[in-house]
Amino acid sequence: MNLISRFILELQGIGMLLGRMLRGLRKQPRYFGEIVMQLDRIGVGSLGIVILTGFFTGGVLILQAYPTLRYYGAQSSAGQGVATTLIRELGPVLTALMVAGRVGSSISAELGSMVVSQQIDAMRALGTSPVRKLVSPRVIALILALPLLTVASDIFGLLGGGIIANQIYGLDASVYTSSVRAGVDIDDLIGGIIKPLIFGLIIGIISCYKGLSTTGGTVGVGRSTTNAVVLASISVIIADFFLSKMLQGLFNSTLF
Amino acid sequence: MPFDENISFDNGIGGGQEVPSNGTSSVARVVPAIEFRDVKLAFDEQVVLDGISFTVRRGETKIVLGGSGSGKSTIINLILGLIKPDAGNILVDGEDITGFDDQELMRVRRKIGMVFQEGALFDSLSVYENVAYRLAEEGVDEDEIEHEVRRMLQFVGLEDAIEKMPVELSGGMRRRVGIARALVGNPSIVLFDEPTAGLDPPTARTICELAIKLRDLEDVSSIFVTHEMNNLDYLSSEYAIVDEKGYVHFESEGDRLCLVNTGVIMLRDGCIIFSGKDEQLRAANDPYIHRFIRGK
Ligand SMILES: Nc1ncnc2c1ncn2[C@@H]1O[C@H](COP(=O)(O)OP(=O)(O)OP(=O)(O)O)[C@@H](O)[C@H]1O
Ligand SMILES: [Mg+2]
Repeated sequence: MNLISRFILELQGIGMLLGRMLRGLRKQPRYFGEIVMQLDRIGVGSLGIVILTGFFTGGVLILQAYPTLRYYGAQSSAGQGVATTLIRELGPVLTALMVAGRVGSSISAELGSMVVSQQIDAMRALGTSPVRKLVSPRVIALILALPLLTVASDIFGLLGGGIIANQIYGLDASVYTSSVRAGVDIDDLIGGIIKPLIFGLIIGIISCYKGLSTTGGTVGVGRSTTNAVVLASISVIIADFFLSKMLQGLFNSTLF
Repeated sequence: MPFDENISFDNGIGGGQEVPSNGTSSVARVVPAIEFRDVKLAFDEQVVLDGISFTVRRGETKIVLGGSGSGKSTIINLILGLIKPDAGNILVDGEDITGFDDQELMRVRRKIGMVFQEGALFDSLSVYENVAYRLAEEGVDEDEIEHEVRRMLQFVGLEDAIEKMPVELSGGMRRRVGIARALVGNPSIVLFDEPTAGLDPPTARTICELAIKLRDLEDVSSIFVTHEMNNLDYLSSEYAIVDEKGYVHFESEGDRLCLVNTGVIMLRDGCIIFSGKDEQLRAANDPYIHRFIRGK
């Protein structure tokens, strides 16, 4: 009971923060500079880990699937398997999880320590809304950056799969490329972009909420950082399930 | 802007400027700058304020005394609207802010300068950017901001630290940057939350002089939370005047006049146990007040 009411309170808090953010977007000033700064921090800063993750995920997919495919004599469709799995699921989800870990934690730690050192109070006392100055730019930057990071991760995943297929299993590069082409359709691409948009919103709003609701000094900052990453990661995975279900219905895809 | 253009902060180094006249009309002066009407507040079970009423008149400095945890910072946060009371009303310049939303509170906060207990400087911004913060947010142009920031930093004696980051400053310097940040934009109300705690006596004295100048020369209304008895002495017995050459002098009351623009209140267990002049405070025979003033 207690757990449920806490969950509902949490949800209400997150919803209210989102509402305040949306309302604030209509007002001046809009802090474009902040958004660009956050894009640099979040987007450019996460590119490295996202590319590495994508590359090795693509690699391991081929590593595990290829022997089975060969057994059935279907090695020519190896690229198709990697493409579908990566673009539909693993690319968006793994990228979101990496970003939740790296960016979500840093956002909530940053906002949390601003709370405990009274910087948030000072900001409000000086007539600035922390929601508009701090929350909106971060959430918007995440929403913009995550699809781009996901695309980067997808591309490097396909590349990784191709290299492993070619180097370890001796699959011809042109066979791989054409089967990747065959495997990707426009629905997958659209779905693969819609998901990270939502994931960006989820990670941004949860980590800002956790940071701003920090209580209990520096210990509290650690606690809210952990909570932010855990809650954001779980939410991404749960949201992924429902988004997949929804997209399936939307595109009437029979492949799943 | 809350007050006239011709008034400027000056350390007495510069040349002749006049003592500001009390430009506000007599009607406006009757409206208190801050008024608490039977304010109550509890955090969970713990009652912090239990029916607090007091007023700060325009141009008055209210010294707030009280033990640690008696709710002094809470009172200040209430004035800024950072927290809401459970019951009662808080008026700033005659406006009841209790039911105000964020938008309206922002407007009220523009005329209030706040000096936080721990400084609360923005770690990610330099001293310059910290002090410039309010003006930059209001979209004032860069030249004017720079001029204002330099003037404010000179006022608190920290021109040299302008390029530094807050982590590079000592506690006292951080506090003074906090004061400069609060005073930019000439607020008509200034709230000091233990501005001298943990500072060496000369620096503490400088901060008190600053508060006295704001009160006597700038007609600023303020709340001054403190634990230090010598702060009480300075603020309630000295006043600032500007001589013909424009220098600021501090004189003690008694030789020429008796200070009427400084009051003292003392908090205990959520209630105001004393409200009046410092002489009355010293003469009070309540044992708690006695012990508070003398420390034994
Ligand atoms: N956010 C909060 N949540 C719960 N209790 C709080 C909160 N803020 C303050 N309190 C409680 O309210 C009481 C008054 O706190 P406040 O900070 O106003 O004290 P203070 O008079 O400023 O003390 P000090 O001189 O030590 O600064 C304290 O007992 C504190 O425990
Ligand atoms: Mg306090």
